[in-house]
Amino acid sequence: MAFSIRESATEMAVNFANDSDKIAPDEIPTVRFATGARLAARQFLRNPAATSGLVVLALLCLAAIAAPWISHFDPVQIKLSAKLKPPSWEHLLGTDHFGRDVLSRLLYGSRVSLSIGLLVVAFSTSFGVPIGMVAGFMRGHVENGLMRLMDAFLTFPPLLLAVTIVGLLGPDLRNVMLAIGIVQVPVLARIVRACTLSAREEVYVAAASALGASPLRIATRHILRNILSPIVVQLTIGFSAAIIAEASLSFLGLGTQPPNPSWGRDLADARRYMADAPWLFLSPTATIMLAVLSINFIGDGLRDALDPRSWRTRARAASVKG
Amino acid sequence: MDLAKPLLTVEGLAVHFASPRTAFGPAPSPIRAVDGVSFTLARGSTLGLVGESGCGKSTTGYAILQLIRPTAGRVVFDGTDIAALPAKKLRPFRRRMQIIFQDSAASLNPRMPVGDLITEALDIHGLHRGAGRGRRIRQLLDLVGIASHLAERFPHELSGGQAQRIAICRALAVEPELIVCDEAVSALDLSIQAQIVNLLQELQRELGLTYIFISHDLSVVRHISDEVAVMYLGRIVETASRQRIFDAAAHPYSRALLSAVPIPDPDVERARERIILSGDLPSPANPPSGCRFRTRCPVVIEACAAKDPPAKFLAPGHFAACLRV
Amino acid sequence: MALLTVRGLTTSFSTDQGIIRAVNGVSFTLEPGEVLGLVGESGSGKSVTALSIMRLVREPPAKVQAELLDFEGTDLLRADPRTLRDIRGSGIAMIFQDPMRSLNPVLTIGRQLTETLVRHINIDGNAARRRAIELLEMVGIPMAEKHLGSYPHQFSGGMRQRVMIAIALSCNPRLLIADEATTALDVTIQAQIVELVRTLTKNLGTAVIWISHDLGLVAGLCDRVNVMYAGRIVETGPVREVFYRPSHGYTIGLIGCTPRVDRVGTPLKPINGLPPNLMDDTPLCPFLPRCDVAIPACHRVRPELRSFPGGHFANCLADLTSRHAELR
Repeated sequence: MAFSIRESATEMAVNFANDSDKIAPDEIPTVRFATGARLAARQFLRNPAATSGLVVLALLCLAAIAAPWISHFDPVQIKLSAKLKPPSWEHLLGTDHFGRDVLSRLLYGSRVSLSIGLLVVAFSTSFGVPIGMVAGFMRGHVENGLMRLMDAFLTFPPLLLAVTIVGLLGPDLRNVMLAIGIVQVPVLARIVRACTLSAREEVYVAAASALGASPLRIATRHILRNILSPIVVQLTIGFSAAIIAEASLSFLGLGTQPPNPSWGRDLADARRYMADAPWLFLSPTATIMLAVLSINFIGDGLRDALDPRSWRTRARAASVKG
Repeated sequence: MDLAKPLLTVEGLAVHFASPRTAFGPAPSPIRAVDGVSFTLARGSTLGLVGESGCGKSTTGYAILQLIRPTAGRVVFDGTDIAALPAKKLRPFRRRMQIIFQDSAASLNPRMPVGDLITEALDIHGLHRGAGRGRRIRQLLDLVGIASHLAERFPHELSGGQAQRIAICRALAVEPELIVCDEAVSALDLSIQAQIVNLLQELQRELGLTYIFISHDLSVVRHISDEVAVMYLGRIVETASRQRIFDAAAHPYSRALLSAVPIPDPDVERARERIILSGDLPSPANPPSGCRFRTRCPVVIEACAAKDPPAKFLAPGHFAACLRV
Repeated sequence: MALLTVRGLTTSFSTDQGIIRAVNGVSFTLEPGEVLGLVGESGSGKSVTALSIMRLVREPPAKVQAELLDFEGTDLLRADPRTLRDIRGSGIAMIFQDPMRSLNPVLTIGRQLTETLVRHINIDGNAARRRAIELLEMVGIPMAEKHLGSYPHQFSGGMRQRVMIAIALSCNPRLLIADEATTALDVTIQAQIVELVRTLTKNLGTAVIWISHDLGLVAGLCDRVNVMYAGRIVETGPVREVFYRPSHGYTIGLIGCTPRVDRVGTPLKPINGLPPNLMDDTPLCPFLPRCDVAIPACHRVRPELRSFPGGHFANCLADLTSRHAELR
């Protein structure tokens, strides 16, 4: 099929005008961001590792929410008569040194850990992304000021900083989240700034400026959606890091306070009984590993899925003009 | 709109970039990417800006559009010196002058369906809001020869030619008067290049567009332009009509350039007299004194080092900046 | 005896979407000292052909097959890696488009030159150094001895390409393949480089394969030209025959859509449609979807090889002699 562009443009426009009443006014679908998101989602679901990660994480979250229905044991109820029992049909993962059901403690503990992960991610995103974008976009003194502030935070060893904040404010769950979140903001801000800087040099940004797009439009429509990939990957890293950080803090006695369950808390307590009751140690370790692994797979999958070159709107190229 | 007045007048346009400097010592001399470019452009015509790498032709195009603010000079667009306007006041002019880039795919946001990019162009200037929007987009796509179902595609799913058509479509969406084509066909295959060149010419006829066609490919430039300006190291060394530029080129650089352009005709190619230039391009940070071309010029004389030759009148519309013509 | 004989060369890549036939049954011969042009657009298979001849394509994922691939009596298809390495550089040499990428940025020019010399010719370090200086002077690099210690990034594009030519010609290869060697250069520098290659190869008696999309370049330099489309040679012949009496729809289309700097006002006749899909191994003419001189037979039968006077062949069923007048 050989099309030719020999008809003059006016002829085409005239022909078109004659057809206009036959065509619905909004025949061109105003495709929005959703298209890209939809295609990315489709690409994500084609990735077996990523999908399994998502499924596992979803199951963990579901289990956390459905804890009371899954295990009828009270996670904080002490029952010394049942202490340090190995896994059995009654106590699927055994009991700890206070006779508390390990499975129950894990389930209720995951509420803490998973919500910390989510909250920390939300916190770091709401501060890290705007700071990084403003710095990368505006350059000059604004950039310098913001980045030096971020550098200042980065000079502290993260755990030490978290420990200091919690130590100052008290070992409340909210403070733990705040501490971990504050520690992650500079890392994210740096990445976002670097991505913004390189995205600004892209030709399509120059094209948008040439059209007269305002800086805000360029920042949100052009730059933001093109730096999402590294941001999202960093967020998954942050999620895992938050879970581990909470575990570390609880291990140190600064996070979840006894008798409340959390993965880190339980890990700390299990230390003493490693030889006698290995299930006490293995269960929280395995759970943390499962959570972190699945989040990492999700992160990898997202990175691939967000690459526009993997998006296909059609299976084959149709024949077109020119 | 006074049709007799030129659409664009550029006077003494200069774009200097600061060279990176070390912590100690005096500031190094600036890179004079564009150093005194002047021309007028009549409405509906095409000016071909041709030269080799480093001559400043692309920078000239960006400076005219105020994508880079010029260091000096006037850019008078339809009576207003836009180089003197603050950034905020440039918005309405953005609509009237557009640019098409060399890398067609790179000029399209890779994460947006291409139809969205055209919609965005309309949104930015509030054109065709509401019911007529879809119809207008179809019309625009038709104008550049793109089937409307391609609007859902992402840039990487389009061929080079298709992507360039979308870029042209986006530029047309805001109904500009002037379009700067910055090596717009250089990255395309020959057969696709011809399609796009023809499309540009057709659009010019139908919509009364004015073009500044920037390219290093003299064959395409001569084909599409009404006037041709040859640039070397930030200056225009010769301006002539397309008719005269090949037959009556006067400046030694233009002549060398033209003799170097291959012609797809074996007998003609083998019979040609080649003017082979010696040496390489001097650095734009340190151009030679006097005439910038003198270090490579086959007919250089002593006087050439003394002062920069002014543009000499040779015929109506034909100027060459050389002491020897 | 022919210097290089290629018969039925096919290079295919397997992908999950299908098999891409980048080179699909290419045959040609090259005599000693002959200058052959390989012309086509992107995707025509011209570069892959050259790389396949030199066995520089990574196999897998590629698969290189041929009825015959003979260079000076050596079967390049069945040769062992050592023999191939010996041939590359001293039998067949290649220069590429981007000299910045083909020169090692962390080695000096001198080192890259002497490295090649020492590999192929049995000479010691000092003799190699002297020869390197000779070569740099031969390609027109001033102050050659001083520049032995320079690095590629200190040179301009044209100078780097000269160094590439020096390296390529250092061991007197019988065949030089230039793959878009001047595409990245400015037109005045291109003229210098082209002139250099022309003179040097004439003096040394080297055969050259010029791969280019630039018809003008090929018109001026080559004795014979092969026109490629979709991995096949669609037309071949002496350069004057192919340019003045093109006998394939694609060749005529290509010439018709190329602007000439010495002609104004003749409208360009574009070739409509899109570049070919290399996964589609059609038995019919691959150019058919875009051809505007196709006859009804083209839709039914495979195009046969037709011969024209002067060693000129084209894979086309249509008779294009009526179009020849408009080309002069």
